[in-house]
Amino acid sequence: MSAVFAPGFFTSAPVHVALLAGGLVAVVSGIVGTFTVMRGQSYAGHALADISVTGGSGSFLLGISPLWGFAGTSLAAAGVMDMIGIRRPRGRDLATGIVRGAGLGLAALFLYWDTTFTSTSGATITILFGSMFTIDKSLIPVIALFGLAAVGIVAVLYRPLLLSSVSTDLAVVRGIPVRLTGALCLAAIALAVSLSALTIGAILSTALLIGPAATALRLTSRPGLVMLWSALISLAVTWLGVLLSYDSYYWPPERRGWPVSFFVVTLVLIGYLLARLAPSSGPARVARAGA
Amino acid sequence: MFSGFMISTWTVATIVAVVAGVVGFFVVLRGSAFVADALPTGAFAGAAGASLIGVNTLVGLGAFSLLGALAIGWLGRRARHDVAVALALVAMLGLGALFLSFSVEYAPEIYSLLFGEVLGISVNEIAPVAVLGAVCIVAILVMFRPLMLSSVMPELGEARGVRAYRIEMGFLVVVALATSMALPVVGALLIFSLMIGPPAAARSFTDRPLAAMGLSVLIALGTVWVAIAASFESNWPVGFFVGALGAVCYAAGRGWAALRQTRMDRSARLAGAGTSGAVAA
Amino acid sequence: MTVIHQHEDMLTVDGVSARLGGREVLHDVRFSIKPGEFVGLIGSNGAGKTTLLRVILGLLAPASGQVRTAGAVGYVPQKIELDPEMPLRARDLVGLGLDGQRFGFPLPSRSRRKRVDEMLSAVGAEHIGNARVGNLSGGEQQRILIAHALISRPGLLLLDEPLANLDIASEQEVVALLGRIAQEQQIAVLISAHDMNPLLPVMDRIVYMADGRAASGPTEEVIRGEVLSRLYGRHVDVIRVHDRVLVVAGRDDGLAIPLEPHPIDPVADSA
Repeated sequence: MSAVFAPGFFTSAPVHVALLAGGLVAVVSGIVGTFTVMRGQSYAGHALADISVTGGSGSFLLGISPLWGFAGTSLAAAGVMDMIGIRRPRGRDLATGIVRGAGLGLAALFLYWDTTFTSTSGATITILFGSMFTIDKSLIPVIALFGLAAVGIVAVLYRPLLLSSVSTDLAVVRGIPVRLTGALCLAAIALAVSLSALTIGAILSTALLIGPAATALRLTSRPGLVMLWSALISLAVTWLGVLLSYDSYYWPPERRGWPVSFFVVTLVLIGYLLARLAPSSGPARVARAGA
Repeated sequence: MFSGFMISTWTVATIVAVVAGVVGFFVVLRGSAFVADALPTGAFAGAAGASLIGVNTLVGLGAFSLLGALAIGWLGRRARHDVAVALALVAMLGLGALFLSFSVEYAPEIYSLLFGEVLGISVNEIAPVAVLGAVCIVAILVMFRPLMLSSVMPELGEARGVRAYRIEMGFLVVVALATSMALPVVGALLIFSLMIGPPAAARSFTDRPLAAMGLSVLIALGTVWVAIAASFESNWPVGFFVGALGAVCYAAGRGWAALRQTRMDRSARLAGAGTSGAVAA
Repeated sequence: MTVIHQHEDMLTVDGVSARLGGREVLHDVRFSIKPGEFVGLIGSNGAGKTTLLRVILGLLAPASGQVRTAGAVGYVPQKIELDPEMPLRARDLVGLGLDGQRFGFPLPSRSRRKRVDEMLSAVGAEHIGNARVGNLSGGEQQRILIAHALISRPGLLLLDEPLANLDIASEQEVVALLGRIAQEQQIAVLISAHDMNPLLPVMDRIVYMADGRAASGPTEEVIRGEVLSRLYGRHVDVIRVHDRVLVVAGRDDGLAIPLEPHPIDPVADSA
């Protein structure tokens, strides 16, 4: 067993925090990610993640945990996006790209200030590639709260969100406040993105948002099951990533350890490719008897 | 800031700006913003890997960018929205992080590759960059007309079959080269701003293609020069200025376009009052 | 569910005008539909059909006039933008027609499933109930949308250009299906189309639109050269070949046809 689980894995305190925090974040990402992909808002998630880089970098200057920076900026950005009326940003839209660039530039500035003015080292790495093993234990209740809020939103708005994703007109005709539900969904995405920015880094967090969900979509057609599979895949990938990262401490180069986020995003990609290669179930299974 | 060791920075940056302005013009025209976003990601991994192995970073950059360009060209337009591609790109960032984690200079390395580094350009880089830049410019000039045609009327381009494919591939290679040149100066995350901002702004000021391309180059030059000067003076990262200036130029362009539009609308309304109802033409 | 008396109109459109972007796109439209009537809303692109439907649905506020409906309205949009990634089976979409506006998850209940199954057979879609909506053909998707609209037992069914993207065979099937539904369930059906011919077999009355104006009544009375010429404000001919109808713009023979200030009603409709 010690071949798979390197010595001290189960007793290490940082590992406990990583598994707990990472696990919570993974489940939230998986569930909210399902709606993100279904509503074709993957690029919105991507944009929110990039913008949260700015907030995260800024939080070091304020002496607070990057989680607040991530959450604050992405929620604000979600609000702006909703006000301007970007519900489905056309992928790689020019304006969004320019804003991203400005945000990233600002983040560069903040990170520079971080290294010169504060005593935090490795701010760049923490913001961009996550801090899974160095999360403060006291943050766990906050993580749980944010996670609950995000999952709560999509759970309560499950049906209206589903219908308005199919057709705005159909939803409006039934009296669903499409604008409000869309805004709340975007807020949920912002929260999910902030959480995964904390664990695996802001520029990698989209992988956890859309990867497991996209994988689950290839496995089944039933909406409820998709969410379940997505959460499970996300959880598995994260825990496996934590394990491998811990083990890699003993791999070359010695005593360094490979980054957790590398494992997580690579596993997400592998998982998706495997689902692609597998004989497609669900979608094409039903034999059509004509017409 | 114009002393000896900065000369190479200015020279390289100037070449980069010209190329970015020219290539970016077509990137915006063809709506290939995805490419401009995706290539630097792969290039980042390449640069990281190259610095790990100890190879000249430009080589690693160039190699990965070219590979990425070929892959994108091969996958075709449809695959651009594919989840697999999006995940692969993120995985490339993760890979880059992995490579860099092996090196001693982990944090500063990541930082300069992602956000740009004013002081990092050495004299030896001038020649290869100049060559690459020349290749890019010449290639664009040669492909100018087919590029314009296939960008403005893609169906016509598709009807020509193989030829359109070759043009697309050629263009992608040029973008890859431009990306590799720009990355050490402005950083992987800001290449998008440099390649998209100036041409997008230029488009708002003029409708004529050659004028727009020229303006795009001018704006790119201005952006890069101001960014380097400001970065040198304040020690703040180049990327910050590039991002900020890109946004400012874009906003200025949009503001101008909106102003023009309201003026046109107003004169149209004055000219055509009283056309509602009555006999349908 | 309110009880609808047979003589009461299911839908009344009373002097509706509407503006979009400063332009008047509907002008004083009047007509009404009784339960069980099948009415075709005919007109070319830009005539105002979709705008009128949106006003009836409450998606667009009229500048003047009003719309009265005596029961629930079911709506079948022309197309739905469906992401191929959307994990929604046909039966899920139909189920959402029952309770799509309620919070939370649909609790699995036998009666709900039964209703959904009933609807699926009513539109002849039992065999595709478990297929992903994104994978269905145009005609199949249409049936599912119809089932979705019907499951909440509306008194009025509105369809926006349902025939536009169908092949001829599917066209005939959908029209026959809708005619059956109108008759069996005494539901008023209003279906918009740019070509009236596929609807002629089942249409009870027609509302013909041009340039935001409408003429309504029995088909034979509305589809006449004089009536349509007045509607268009230019010379228009109606050609009948076998059982088909063709409306063509005539030669400009110099006659100025004044446009009536009020819409034409060859037969006094009980409004």
